[in-house]
Amino acid sequence: MDLFEYQGKQYFARYDIPVSKGDVAVTVDQAIAAADAAGYPVVVKAQVQVGGRGKAGGIKLANNADEVRTHAGNILGMDIKGHVVKRVWVENASDIAEEYYASFTLDRGAKKHLLMLSREGGVEIEEVAEKNPAAILMLHIDPVDGLSAAAAKKAAVDAKIPDAAQQGVADILVKLYRCFVEGDCDLAEINPLILKPTGEVHALDAKVSLDENAEFRHPEWAEFQATVELDARELLAREKGLQYIGLDGTVGIIANGAGLAMSTLDVVNQVGGSAANFLDIGGGANADVMAGALEVINSDKNVKSIFINIFGGITRGDEVAKGIVEALGRVDLRAPIVIRLDGTNATEGRDILKNAGIPESKLTSKSTMLEAAEAAVALAK
Amino acid sequence: MAIFVDQNTKVIVQGLTGGQGKYHGLRNKAYGTQIVAGVTPGKGGTDVEGIPVYNNVVEAVKATGATASFVTVPPKAASAAILEAAAAGITFIVCITEGIPAQDEARTYNTLIRDFPKVRLLGPNCPGIISPGKCNIGITAGEIAQLPTAKGPNVGIVSRSGTLTYQALYELKQLGIGVSTCVGIGGDPVPGTSFIDCLREFQADPETHAIIMIGEIGGSAEEEAAEFIKANVTKPMSAYIAGVTAPAGKKMGHAGAIVSGGKGTAQGKMDALRDAGVKVGNNPTEAGQLMATIVAGLS
Repeated sequence: MDLFEYQGKQYFARYDIPVSKGDVAVTVDQAIAAADAAGYPVVVKAQVQVGGRGKAGGIKLANNADEVRTHAGNILGMDIKGHVVKRVWVENASDIAEEYYASFTLDRGAKKHLLMLSREGGVEIEEVAEKNPAAILMLHIDPVDGLSAAAAKKAAVDAKIPDAAQQGVADILVKLYRCFVEGDCDLAEINPLILKPTGEVHALDAKVSLDENAEFRHPEWAEFQATVELDARELLAREKGLQYIGLDGTVGIIANGAGLAMSTLDVVNQVGGSAANFLDIGGGANADVMAGALEVINSDKNVKSIFINIFGGITRGDEVAKGIVEALGRVDLRAPIVIRLDGTNATEGRDILKNAGIPESKLTSKSTMLEAAEAAVALAK
Repeated sequence: MAIFVDQNTKVIVQGLTGGQGKYHGLRNKAYGTQIVAGVTPGKGGTDVEGIPVYNNVVEAVKATGATASFVTVPPKAASAAILEAAAAGITFIVCITEGIPAQDEARTYNTLIRDFPKVRLLGPNCPGIISPGKCNIGITAGEIAQLPTAKGPNVGIVSRSGTLTYQALYELKQLGIGVSTCVGIGGDPVPGTSFIDCLREFQADPETHAIIMIGEIGGSAEEEAAEFIKANVTKPMSAYIAGVTAPAGKKMGHAGAIVSGGKGTAQGKMDALRDAGVKVGNNPTEAGQLMATIVAGLS
């Protein structure tokens, strides 16, 4: 789950990482109140999860309430690369002496945590990596050991952070690492990490991505969930606890397991069709889950046929079949189903479908993935 | 021969008294696997259809001499269960639990390699391992696996995706090709066992004559495997990579993109494998057919 900048800063503040005084606003009046509280001059920043906000006019400096009124009025509702701005973050403006970059992620290849630190911040880090890779310090951290204050200080020195900022950067690295680990982040990034003329080091931006598997131990994440932007289909899917990503095609896809779901998309594409979605009903899906999945697919007006591709492991074929029968009783499906069912209890599942008296115009069964894909694509044409 | 597990492997099930644990533990036993005990704290002294249940892994190992464990407990408890098994002397741990936080996985993996270097963890979030006719630990439906033949040729399977593992077994069964061992390594960020670990074993296993590898987009495990294959694997291979048309990376932001250095796309992975001499199919069926051609050339 990716956080907005303001949420990232609020998350950072929980771990004592210094951020600018500010508040989030959804109206112009709220923006002025936030600016009055933060102290002028302020920066009004569009809250969208897309790069290039500044160039699009989504970040403005304001010296007084009138200027906040003008800028917040312009920015709220602005369309930045297809993202409509619903909120602005208003914070006390900072004087900047230097800009650095710091982030923590998990390096899947090395199976260790990875610190990236650079004295060239404020620009896209990909750009630095391409033009001047030597300017980025990469340090692997054993998750069992963690990051000590001494190791953080050495990293700051090795990254050639200027003397005046070394201790401040090292302190923030230790705090950011704690945020990354205890806060269960997939990514915790500060760009730019600034040195003020007064000597303090400070997070001027926040990019945080949270590991949703850890939600059970973070009740405080509930407020972040509320602002995730989803289309109507995705909202319905989330209510039903399904892994769903909306796409533009005409064949609705239901599969168990991310790999099989991806593979199903590939095969539909190879036989000349296009998928309307990615939907993984996961392991151990029962009748309720299948019925829910069909309701979500049915809510998509573009869907002309539905391809259910199940290979049972934890998921049992009989449960899947029961779910389909139940869903057909509950929802009036607009599109016909093509199913391919194999694996655990597949025979029982096929029998349930056969004996349910479903007309062939509504449901056909195919024995291979490829045949089923061809049939589903033909029905969608 | 087979890799990692065979007819002599004695297995305990951590979480045998839970719904999934009971269902799959009993299925594994019915397949012929030596499921010798279950472990559930507080339920020691009871049994599940004749399988004795112990309070902890130490007691279960002492009573049965088990060397392998099937961990099927909820995400909150999984890391502790894995480390408990390792500390009790279990050397092969299969964890099917889905939804373990990445931070826990990273810590558990690095604790294992430091404190228990002889222990192999398969998973988490994997379908398990089956050496057909000998041992099945996990959630694979055993009947879809074709038995290996004494003469061969037999195929080893290694896969990052659960359901595509079954798909691969199924394709080989349709073609009547025997399987030595099928390993599902799982698609989580920090898998205990990698493609390379399995490829090394398959290369050394006299009962395995060819290898199918199933990967998916994201990370760089397939590219690393391709480099290993180039240098170390002489047995013929086919492969499939899922996700050519998958919606573009939802996950990581900037930092992730740099770590992988442009790696991670299905096309990049397929190119790397082809470059290593692997025959790459465009879908699981094609990978199976390519393997059929390879096997026909071997027998």
